[in-house]
Amino acid sequence: MTANASAPGCPSGLAPATSSLAGDFSAFVREKKGMKSLTLSVRGAKCGGCLSKIESKLNDVSGVQHARMNLSNGKLKVAWTGPTTADRIAKTVSDLGYGVSAFSEDRSAQAAKSEERDLLISMGVAAFALANVMLLSVSVWGGHGEMGEQTRTALHGISGLIALPVLIFSGRHFFKSAFAALRHGHANMDVPISLALILAFGVSVWETATGGEHAYFDASIMLLCFLLIGRFLDARLRRQTQAAAHELAALQNRSLNRINPDGHAEAIRADEVEKGDRILLATGERAVVDLKVTRGMSGIDESMVSGESLPRTIGIGETVYAGSLNLDHPLTGEALGPASDSLLSQIADMLEAGEQKRARYRQIADKAVSLYVPFVHTTAALAFVAWLLMGASVHQAVLIAVSTLIITCPCALALAAPVAQVVASGTLFKKGIFLRSGDALERFAEIDHLVLDKTGTLTLGTPRLISAHGAEIDLAAQLARASRHPLSRAIVETAGPGSVAEDIQEHAGLGVEGSINGQSYRLGSAEWVGVDEPVSQMGPSLWFAGPEMDPVLFQFEDQLQSDARDTLEALKQSGLGLEILSGDREEAVSKIADTLAIDTWHAQVSPTGKADRLEALSASGKKVLMVGDGLNDAGALALAHASLAPGGAMDVSQSASDAVYSGGLGALRTVLSVSTRTKRVMLQNFGLAAAYNCIAVPIAVTGHVTPLVAAIAMSASSLIVTLNALRIKGDRT
Amino acid sequence: MTIIIYLIPVALGLGLLGLGAFLWSVATDQYDDLDGAAHRILMDDDTPLPQRSNLSE
Repeated sequence: MTANASAPGCPSGLAPATSSLAGDFSAFVREKKGMKSLTLSVRGAKCGGCLSKIESKLNDVSGVQHARMNLSNGKLKVAWTGPTTADRIAKTVSDLGYGVSAFSEDRSAQAAKSEERDLLISMGVAAFALANVMLLSVSVWGGHGEMGEQTRTALHGISGLIALPVLIFSGRHFFKSAFAALRHGHANMDVPISLALILAFGVSVWETATGGEHAYFDASIMLLCFLLIGRFLDARLRRQTQAAAHELAALQNRSLNRINPDGHAEAIRADEVEKGDRILLATGERAVVDLKVTRGMSGIDESMVSGESLPRTIGIGETVYAGSLNLDHPLTGEALGPASDSLLSQIADMLEAGEQKRARYRQIADKAVSLYVPFVHTTAALAFVAWLLMGASVHQAVLIAVSTLIITCPCALALAAPVAQVVASGTLFKKGIFLRSGDALERFAEIDHLVLDKTGTLTLGTPRLISAHGAEIDLAAQLARASRHPLSRAIVETAGPGSVAEDIQEHAGLGVEGSINGQSYRLGSAEWVGVDEPVSQMGPSLWFAGPEMDPVLFQFEDQLQSDARDTLEALKQSGLGLEILSGDREEAVSKIADTLAIDTWHAQVSPTGKADRLEALSASGKKVLMVGDGLNDAGALALAHASLAPGGAMDVSQSASDAVYSGGLGALRTVLSVSTRTKRVMLQNFGLAAAYNCIAVPIAVTGHVTPLVAAIAMSASSLIVTLNALRIKGDRT
Repeated sequence: MTIIIYLIPVALGLGLLGLGAFLWSVATDQYDDLDGAAHRILMDDDTPLPQRSNLSE
């Protein structure tokens, strides 16, 4: 594991290396008895190598007492003493190639966590009771015919004593929910469950009291235990989904520098900003609130906000939107409102609208339950009436109705969907795709139209040098190394490491100037460098000029993802409609569309324009899968039937999506194939559960169910459904 | 058969012991990070000596 420790990011290559560092972390440190602690949210850590890399590096920082990372949710807790600053801790992690932001848990996340824990404890208690009651039941079944009535009654009695407290404790989840549903005048899945549990227990008490042969304590506890397993898996998956809302909060957790009236800069949390505050936006910092520039001039990278791939120069009086990155000069600006009023929050509102829309989506499981509940109740009631009419005693009729309720128990039904979803999300996770909601798998499987963003999704999002040069590139790179401009970066990437020019000055919107071997050179726009040639339409370019040389033209291109063509070709073959929706300039978009042979494309689309387009598509009956990475895509991502974001996307866009993938666009095919398989397995599972009921119901209604038959039938059906779900893991892409 | 008067409480006691251990493991957050625990067992606790010497940078 140490072999790869020097390469940035995940050593297994499961996530791209990032190093986004969110401002000043000192505002989030908690101090207790000289021990400082900080909780960070780490992005891009996916494997054990990441874990050991991060923890060991942090333990090497002086003063660090404790560093422990949770690989499942990316939460990193660090405790330290001494003068080490919070920023040093955060920088240590970001230098390793991971995205870092401060972490704070909101109330809803805590509630979800405690719900999950309650279910886990209830499940454990039920499992304990099940094991012990079964122990006694097996003796009763084994001693059938030989065991004396007194011994049998004693064993039943002990079973009942174990079952009662467990039923009350572990069953409370179902009773509460059923009661609440009944009070509002409708029935949910928990009503037949509660009824079966209570009746089975009641009948068993009666049987025990009258010295009867059959008691159903084991069946009712087994029912409870299986149902709790399904409920727990469901809650766990749902809580992982809620991490989505979380990461949005993490973005609000960023800090920024406010300049107080006395001229001192102070680090404050984003939620402390008020309208009119003077904010310092340092070079390389991402704006957290919308700012009106009052001093300075700088290039601003708005690719995350608008999708525009080239930086824009901004001067006094202009607005910097939250989410833009300041490239070359410090800016001072006036906050146009608190962070909650920024463009970011408007997008958050769009997300909420999208989430509400998705909440109305009816899952297969919901449909199955709505068929199941009336079926079971009618069958049990009919069995009761029929046996009474045929002259059976009330006792016998009740016993048959109850055994019908027990044996048609929705164990398999309760496990059918959650187990499939858990297995599928685990399979996707291993392939570098992080699923944010369980029901998204069903929505992915229904897709018939694909809408793609350009910058950062179809393309790499960073320009590459396409015109080759010899000696000039080494000279130009000496200037470029001092600049954060994406085009300078592209030159440096081609040239590799080397020396840096002296007396470097960067002029916002113009270029870089510096001296190499005592001679002055310029790298920048044509006019500034002193070239009269017309601006070429070939895409972004830079001129490089100096004494005793002809000006040299560097041309750049935003390159396609390497597997974009193959993936889109394959998806087209499978009958999906393809469309590009970009905020970038028309010529850039049309070029990409031509290369990929995509007929439908829209350029210069605003964030709301994207959302409108998605609305229009869904109004025309299309089930759209949106893939995008920028802030400007977030609204569209939230509104789409299903959505995907690449791992390098803005946190907001990741939150808005159903899944986040790392690596190339090939992940699209993986997601679609796994989700189709999952949907098929889920339907099979419901089919199996239905088939099981077709066999079990006649046995129950005709009065042939003994506790032994009930136990075998229930565990067998649950086992079959679980084993079927495991087939999703199989590698057939 | 009077032996079951002792055996059943013993069986229950063992079960309760297991239940207690389970509740303890839940209370101490041991199920919070199942992925991490799987990898953690493979991690080396000790680092090569040369790395230790430049610890105090």
